[in-house]
Amino acid sequence: MQTPDTYKRYQRQTILPGFGDAGQYKLLSGRVLVIGAGGLGCPVLQYLAAAGVGVIGIADHDTVSLSNLHRQVLYTMEDIGKPKAEMAAEKLRALNPELIYRVFNEAVTTNNIIHIIKEFDVVVDGTDNFATRYLVNDACVLMDKPLVFGAISRFEGQVSVFNVPSGLDGACIHYRDLFPNPPKEGEVLNCADSGVLGVLPGIIGSFMANEVIKLLTGLGKGLSGTLLTFNALTNESMKWQLQKRLDSDGLVPSSVAALQQRDYSWECGMPSDGIEIDVATFEVMLKEGNVALIDVRELDETPELKRWVHQKIPLGTLMKGEGTFYAKQIVFICQSGKRSLTAANWGKEKYADKKFYSLSGGLVAL
Amino acid sequence: MEIILFGQLADIAGASAIRVEGMQDTNMLKAKLEAMFPGLEKVKYMLAVNKKMVQENLPLSGSEAIALMPPFSGG
Repeated sequence: MQTPDTYKRYQRQTILPGFGDAGQYKLLSGRVLVIGAGGLGCPVLQYLAAAGVGVIGIADHDTVSLSNLHRQVLYTMEDIGKPKAEMAAEKLRALNPELIYRVFNEAVTTNNIIHIIKEFDVVVDGTDNFATRYLVNDACVLMDKPLVFGAISRFEGQVSVFNVPSGLDGACIHYRDLFPNPPKEGEVLNCADSGVLGVLPGIIGSFMANEVIKLLTGLGKGLSGTLLTFNALTNESMKWQLQKRLDSDGLVPSSVAALQQRDYSWECGMPSDGIEIDVATFEVMLKEGNVALIDVRELDETPELKRWVHQKIPLGTLMKGEGTFYAKQIVFICQSGKRSLTAANWGKEKYADKKFYSLSGGLVAL
Repeated sequence: MEIILFGQLADIAGASAIRVEGMQDTNMLKAKLEAMFPGLEKVKYMLAVNKKMVQENLPLSGSEAIALMPPFSGG
């Protein structure tokens, strides 16, 4: 306890049974890195700063956009276009100026992750893609860092704590015990394509903040060895007892050097051989002609594509083989570039005499 | 026995809960479900019996609660 203000600020939690000044001291001495300052990261950061976690790291390379605001509650209209990590730190400083904020305004990669996480006691995964989730998991396993995990899809969420001994055998369960290998691109829906209820990351992120606070203070029973799931539509939550797989540790790179050699994007099937085109290439191709543009979103999806002549064939219909392609080159487009990539990969396998492309980033990029 | 499907697995099966009878073990159950819903074999999921994750083949009596959970990427 430093000043009378410090005492007042945390008084409502220090009077809790089992918490006390000792608990507050543990939080103030804690160093927590939050990777991803998005839907999950925002509530985690707010509650950790409010509770007085001494050093808070914020890693995010993205900027704030209007479509973030329905769930990323730290940001306002004035922040649009500005870096999330810096904006988040600014808001948190206003909330609690007594803490140290470390801003990493960069993408977490195989090259920098070890250097970044080694300064922290606990890591929080609030990322939005499998390549980064597996990278964060593996780095935390290698560095023996507790990892508070959260993930969401539409109306459902998952929370767990990895790399903390659990159960009778004290096994350290991690993400590869649940899902040993990352899904390939297109296997799983993302937020831009499938949507997410704005309040859901608020609920799941609050669960995550709670796990961090319990880890640092030693209060209660954490979620290590357990996966908590929650459905916002039914309010049903389930606790799943996890198990150590025999092969999961072997799937993690054996050393820091081995981790730096891994290509996590490739393992998740991300960039594929020239099938994805950027907006500039897209516009040139359409101007030159002999290209059929096909919107693979569902028929009622908005915004409507108005600038170019196109066909509408939803992905499901397309993959049933009910379309005929008259042009030699086919460009698929969807909301985020994910379904169109699935379509292009499908076309490439099925029709050897045509060329298939996917607009990277989809309508959002235009 | 009742099988509860989470996330996009419910889209693949067309329902969030289904019933399948006569399954002797989890391998048989998985094969049956993947035959019923062809999209299922292409995606990753974790199988739980009575809220306990299962990795090896496990005998079933028919009274168990089964759940299938896919990975979520959103944040």
